[in-house]
Amino acid sequence: MQLLTVSGSPHLHATQPVHKIMWGVVIALIPAMLVSFWYFGLGAIEVTLVAVLACTLTEYLIARFVLKVEPSLRDGSAVITGLLLAFNVPSSIPWWQLVIGAIFAIAVAKMSFGGLGKNPFNPALAGRVFMLISFPVDMTTWPVPVVNRLVLTDAVTGPTSLGIVKEGIKNGESLTQLASQIPSYMDMFVGGIGGSLGEVSALAILIGGIYMLWKRIITWHIPVSYLLTVLAFTGILWLIDPGIYIDPVFHLLAGGLMLGAVFMATDMATSPMTYSGMLVYGVGCGVLTVLIRVWGAYPEGVSFAILIMNAVTPLINKGFKPKRFGEVIAQ
Amino acid sequence: MGKRPRFLLSMEVECEPYLTSDHRLMLEKSQEVMIGISFLMKALGVKRAVVGIENNKPDAIKKLSELAPEFPGIEIAALKVKYPQGAEKQLIKAITGREVPSQKLPIEVGCVVNNVGTAFAVYEAIQKNKPLIDRVVTVTGKSISKPSNLLVRIGTPIDSLIQHAGGLPGDTGKIISGGPMMGKALNSTDVPVVKGTSGILILPETESARLKVQNCIRCARCVSVCPMGLEPYLLERVVVANELEMAENNRIMDCMECGCCHYTCPSARPLLDYLRLGKSKVGHIIRTRVNN
Repeated sequence: MQLLTVSGSPHLHATQPVHKIMWGVVIALIPAMLVSFWYFGLGAIEVTLVAVLACTLTEYLIARFVLKVEPSLRDGSAVITGLLLAFNVPSSIPWWQLVIGAIFAIAVAKMSFGGLGKNPFNPALAGRVFMLISFPVDMTTWPVPVVNRLVLTDAVTGPTSLGIVKEGIKNGESLTQLASQIPSYMDMFVGGIGGSLGEVSALAILIGGIYMLWKRIITWHIPVSYLLTVLAFTGILWLIDPGIYIDPVFHLLAGGLMLGAVFMATDMATSPMTYSGMLVYGVGCGVLTVLIRVWGAYPEGVSFAILIMNAVTPLINKGFKPKRFGEVIAQ
Repeated sequence: MGKRPRFLLSMEVECEPYLTSDHRLMLEKSQEVMIGISFLMKALGVKRAVVGIENNKPDAIKKLSELAPEFPGIEIAALKVKYPQGAEKQLIKAITGREVPSQKLPIEVGCVVNNVGTAFAVYEAIQKNKPLIDRVVTVTGKSISKPSNLLVRIGTPIDSLIQHAGGLPGDTGKIISGGPMMGKALNSTDVPVVKGTSGILILPETESARLKVQNCIRCARCVSVCPMGLEPYLLERVVVANELEMAENNRIMDCMECGCCHYTCPSARPLLDYLRLGKSKVGHIIRTRVNN
């Protein structure tokens, strides 16, 4: 009789391994990717390819020649970082700047902490913020959608909707004067607004989010608490003075909020481990986003807000434990 | 001390997937099981007993509900299908809404939990003067040609049970005494059935080996599935680091080894192995403390 395997229980295993989760996220990113290809054309395709290739190659080289371990590109996490980094930059970004951002994202923000799952900060956001500080001009030059389909650089540029509001308020204009420059909410929801690749369509991001919820890759806690907090906070400001503070729907659709709430803040490795912790994290992201958007130096605050909350995550994990069974004795 | 039970809960929920011995017993010996429960109620001095059955066994719910009016005080409760609901603390929570306090017994919330097999054995002992010399054992597995529930004498070699169910399949990789989540893997079929043997599960070679372990991706699934509200990812880390005080503070001794964390882990980390290791070390420390 043959030898039997002996091991501790359990003897069954679930069917959603790491690589299925990661490739599931990649699938969820496809609608937003296609929308960005449609609006920004060749530039968007180039940026996406460069970011994904640079990220996977960096991970491969570091695993192979620095850490001397078997490279695990099969898990797809480097592809996600590449796609998300591409989603966070304008389509006119020079390719070499993007490569530097990708190397920073993978080498510094991910691999130096131990690779998959060990990074305290979201690698794509770390790469994006590194680029924003290193190349402030190129990172804030936004090509206008549709008209730039066939060019790689030297695009026709325009401001983002958040930029219009921030600059206008700073120059003492009122929102009614700015209203003509702000794109319609329908455009902001479906697509066709200036911004980085992933910001162009809130709808495409939401489709990806619903897919991830359906496949149980993410739970609702972080995106819903994040978006509701932004809605509530900006709503209160708007009720106080609609002349200075723009309405909450604008905040919800403008900039990288949808992308951040659905794909960035929900990054497993950098978000809290309990449902209560996730809600706290989402609320924190929302409050910080609005603070930076309304009173900060930058027009957009999603990246900074999420990175700050990434840093707070270990503390949240200590303070918000799951409800222990038997803790409350029901009478 | 002096705590009196107010409830008798009878566990007709199958402890684990694959096992069907309790289900068959309920269907084929329903009258006897109900009489056994009545005896237990009298012995405990309780007026009310609840039989919890998962609602994927409508035939058992129907049959026992038909019998219930003849037995005053016995109620049938249909429960959602959910592992690990056969565990006594989870069953009490599902039926009464009460939570047994950490490190305490069900009597703390006025409950006594018994298994359907126990109820049947009580019936046989009192009505037939028959000691516990046999039990129902499930023999099953994907490649088994005749999966069966067998009423066998305690002490029967497991090998002869497998022969009766069509022999050991050629692709056998693992033989488990018990269910797939909590059962023990056997290294030989040359062992006897004991009173706790609920089933023999034969897994093919393809499902026997453990999967390749990857880094924890902090997906939080182990935390969300843990029925005791623990954080297996954290407990694994503190056990590896031998931070036993921290393991104890994070309630490692509450772990009932249901295996849900280990089952659900996308990185296939052997969470339960580490939890068991930690429990044995922490348990040792706790016992030393009591002796001082």
